[in-house]
Amino acid sequence: MKLSVVLNEGPYQHQAADTAYNFTRAALAKGHEIFRVFFYHDGVNNGTRLTTPPQDDRDIVNRWSQLAEEHDLDLVVCIAAAQRRGIVDEDEQKRHGKDANNIAKGFRISGLGQLIEAGIQSDRVVVFGD
Amino acid sequence: MSILHTVNKSPFEKNSLETCLRIAMEGSSVLFIEDGVYGAVDGTSLNGKLSDAGNRLKFYALGPDLKARGLSENSVMNCVEVVDYDGFVDLVVRHDATYACL
Repeated sequence: MKLSVVLNEGPYQHQAADTAYNFTRAALAKGHEIFRVFFYHDGVNNGTRLTTPPQDDRDIVNRWSQLAEEHDLDLVVCIAAAQRRGIVDEDEQKRHGKDANNIAKGFRISGLGQLIEAGIQSDRVVVFGD
Repeated sequence: MSILHTVNKSPFEKNSLETCLRIAMEGSSVLFIEDGVYGAVDGTSLNGKLSDAGNRLKFYALGPDLKARGLSENSVMNCVEVVDYDGFVDLVVRHDATYACL
């Protein structure tokens, strides 16, 4: 079955960041297709490559990137939420004249249309967060 | 249309479970996740409401979230089935839609 996941919460702040990851991994292991994972609101903070958690803690950002590489996942960060929170890719860096970018590997910045499309194209959409 | 309602807050913190029980239609299910698993515990003031809804709704609780809170699988009400993440995925597939009750 074709599933999409929406994550509305940031890492190390709300359990939803873990629940969404565990659910996505379980769905992939069962052979389902993950059409898209959409990061919205504080969820966009899962898309920075600059986090350095302690070595004995889970690396919430990096494990998304790893999962994306293994399963060719489409990890989409909402552009308006990202701009507000300082999640920047190369295009956004140029467009807004910023001195750096921080988007993590496997993530891309796009708009709410991607969420709408996920709703249309997927058999189920599961939302995590408040 | 069967809907899987997820509840992620303790009923002693927010009223999302009560809202969920009010709006959930016959044949739907409620899955307790994160702090929501406290709503599935046996011997609380919420038990009556769950039992009353038990003949029209099915109840599930996410096992890893029970364990993370020091709750054993035996501590939940009889009407609640404990599932793991695989079971969570199966529930999403088995229902027509998933709705996060906030």
